[in-house]
Amino acid sequence: MTEPQPTIAYEQVSKSFARGRTKAVDGVSISVAAGEFLAIVGGSGSGKTTLLRLTNRLIEPDSGTVRILGEDVRNLDPIALRRSIGYVFQNGGLFPHMTVAANIGITPRLSGTDPDVTSARVDELIDLVRLDRAHRNRLTQEMSGGQRQRVGVARALAANPKIVLMDEPFGALDPLTRDALGDDYKSLHRKLRLTTVMITHDMAEAVLLADRIAVMQNGHLLAQGTAQELTRSDDPYVGQLLGTPRRQADRLQKLLPQDTSKGAP
Amino acid sequence: MNVLSDPRWNDALSRLPDYLGSHVRVSLTALALGLVISFPLALAVRRRPLLRDTVLGIASIVQTIPGLALLALFYPLLLVLAGLSLRFFGFDFSAFGFLPAVLALALYSMLPVLRNTITGLEGIDPSIIEATESVGMTPRQSLTMVELPLALPVIMAGIRTAAVWVIGTATLSTPIGQTSLGNYIFAGLQTQNWVFVLFGCAAAAALALAVDQLLALIEAGVQLQSRLRVILGVVGVAALIFATLIPTFARTKTNYIVGAKTFTEQYILSSLIAQRLQAAGLSASSREGLGSNVIFEALSKGDIDIYVDYSGTLWVNQLKRTDHLPRKELIAALKTTLADKYNISLIGELGFENAYALVMPRKRAEARGIHSIADLASSAGTLTIAGDYEFFSRPEWASIKRSYNLVFRQQRQMQPDFMYAAVASGEVDVIAGYTSDGLIAKYDLVVLDDPKNAIPPYDAVILVSPRRANDSALLNALQPLIGKIDIATMREANLRAASNDGSSSPDAVARWLAAKIRR
Repeated sequence: MTEPQPTIAYEQVSKSFARGRTKAVDGVSISVAAGEFLAIVGGSGSGKTTLLRLTNRLIEPDSGTVRILGEDVRNLDPIALRRSIGYVFQNGGLFPHMTVAANIGITPRLSGTDPDVTSARVDELIDLVRLDRAHRNRLTQEMSGGQRQRVGVARALAANPKIVLMDEPFGALDPLTRDALGDDYKSLHRKLRLTTVMITHDMAEAVLLADRIAVMQNGHLLAQGTAQELTRSDDPYVGQLLGTPRRQADRLQKLLPQDTSKGAP
Repeated sequence: MNVLSDPRWNDALSRLPDYLGSHVRVSLTALALGLVISFPLALAVRRRPLLRDTVLGIASIVQTIPGLALLALFYPLLLVLAGLSLRFFGFDFSAFGFLPAVLALALYSMLPVLRNTITGLEGIDPSIIEATESVGMTPRQSLTMVELPLALPVIMAGIRTAAVWVIGTATLSTPIGQTSLGNYIFAGLQTQNWVFVLFGCAAAAALALAVDQLLALIEAGVQLQSRLRVILGVVGVAALIFATLIPTFARTKTNYIVGAKTFTEQYILSSLIAQRLQAAGLSASSREGLGSNVIFEALSKGDIDIYVDYSGTLWVNQLKRTDHLPRKELIAALKTTLADKYNISLIGELGFENAYALVMPRKRAEARGIHSIADLASSAGTLTIAGDYEFFSRPEWASIKRSYNLVFRQQRQMQPDFMYAAVASGEVDVIAGYTSDGLIAKYDLVVLDDPKNAIPPYDAVILVSPRRANDSALLNALQPLIGKIDIATMREANLRAASNDGSSSPDAVARWLAAKIRR
């Protein structure tokens, strides 16, 4: 064993829906190293969400194996597995009848952690995701989309997971909030030495946040590698995806005489 | 006259603890039973579409059965079950009153709870359910920590609907022997005591509103995590439950229960008998408004001890006989058959007949030269006949049609109290009335002869339950009533009860009747 063991390994994973008529994921193999930030990029129906849900056994593969730290997930208790993995939803997936603190502390509470310990942990997380402690006892509907997503990140981190799965986490936010949150998460990822798998349809976001990118289409893995490596792919779809942010940047450059972003707060 | 000084308000008020307490007890028990069944059932079937639709479909069908019919169906059903239970397990239970009422009402309460629980849970945003899985909740934790709290307003709305329905429908449990606020309504409708009808409706509505508001208070308390509201709501419900115990404490245990069917004469006679027993030093109470078939079964099972029935009704409906006997022979035959077959004692006739009879306004009958039913045959095709709700399906009507070859232009069913006015005003031409009804004299109607004896005699007779057959104290107390009430006296008593004033309560009329026959 010369190579270190991957934190997550998808090995020839396939999953069909509608009694085999729709192949959502078809023979995908990816491995994610410890501390790595992987972005899976694809359009709707590409199979990226299915792949994410296979990771913590929200669904089971038809064939192939998903391994966490070398262990086939089928041998792990699904409830314990999910509690040990953070999960962030596009819309937050927060429980509307619970306060911010109750939402953040839910996984420790499920695991029977002492309420005082959980409470201290909640404060720590509120600070970590740069929320205001005054929000502690508010209901989540009263908050902005960005604040809710920070609660979602805090909830995912509450049980000290090594792995965080993110389902289009910043997709529904306005661009400024989205940038701020993305940057904040990226630094948390480094600071806490997390292994993150994020799915997104936005190649620019993937390039900016991830260490490595996997591109999926119609259930197939088209390419994977760093942004640099992907530019050398001869797959036309990958080229198209990569071209979009570049074209946008070019057009912006022409439209905006000087770089105003330096003045941004 | 000042409406509020009407003595019937006091009469109504004095019955409230018993009626309200019994009403609360039967409704809340039914509601609790319905909840205990439908809530887990809803949770069990919600993820199985076929089973869920089947259960909801059955509950919907139950809901379409009118409340009165559902309650009435449970009586024979339980009679059969009690019979089977006695045969196979050696014990019997009473199919009368509380049990059938609770079961029918519980069934009635199920649909709103089932439907709202399922709808409330299905209405939750799927991404929230997914989130419960992703944070590592077990299905049970997801249900109790997230799904039920989120569905609570919808579920509570269902429970509140069920509560209002059950409390309303419980007023219909009077005919199967369950005392309820319906006793006011049934008695009031029969004896034209609108104070009672109004009082019963208002009390049932107030109770329904109160329970609805208490449940709303508890719901708000749970939602807002306000302990005060929850406590107030629970205290309110506890107070209601305590109120159900009042009749148990307040009701002096009576030894004899006198039954009454659902019409005025029966209310008067049951009051008369109860008063007679009390005068003889025996404790007695009335159980009023019982259905015609319920009352006979209740007597044979000992749920009631005494009631007055009519020879023809017993002969035709209970013994299923179609042969015709003269008055005295019929009673003799009934006496032996009831004793042999049911151990029921027929202890004697009161002295009058309350027969079905075809009745017309005197003037019109004379003008057309109609004296007997036979005279109707030629003109029946142009005439309309009205009868009570059961008359046209009774064997007597078949017998009349057969004997006289009658075909009327139209048959109409009516509330008995309105028939007489309808025939007097000419809205209908002939009615199937009751010979002891005081309204016959009031509207100057005439009873048509029955030369072919198509209608059997209907002597009023006192029946006593099997377990009281050798109760000499009871039999001695009843003896002074035998043969004392002639048709004119009973008609006058019925007419008094039909008037709408303070002296027209069955109790008051029974006192008048007792004074009259003592002379």
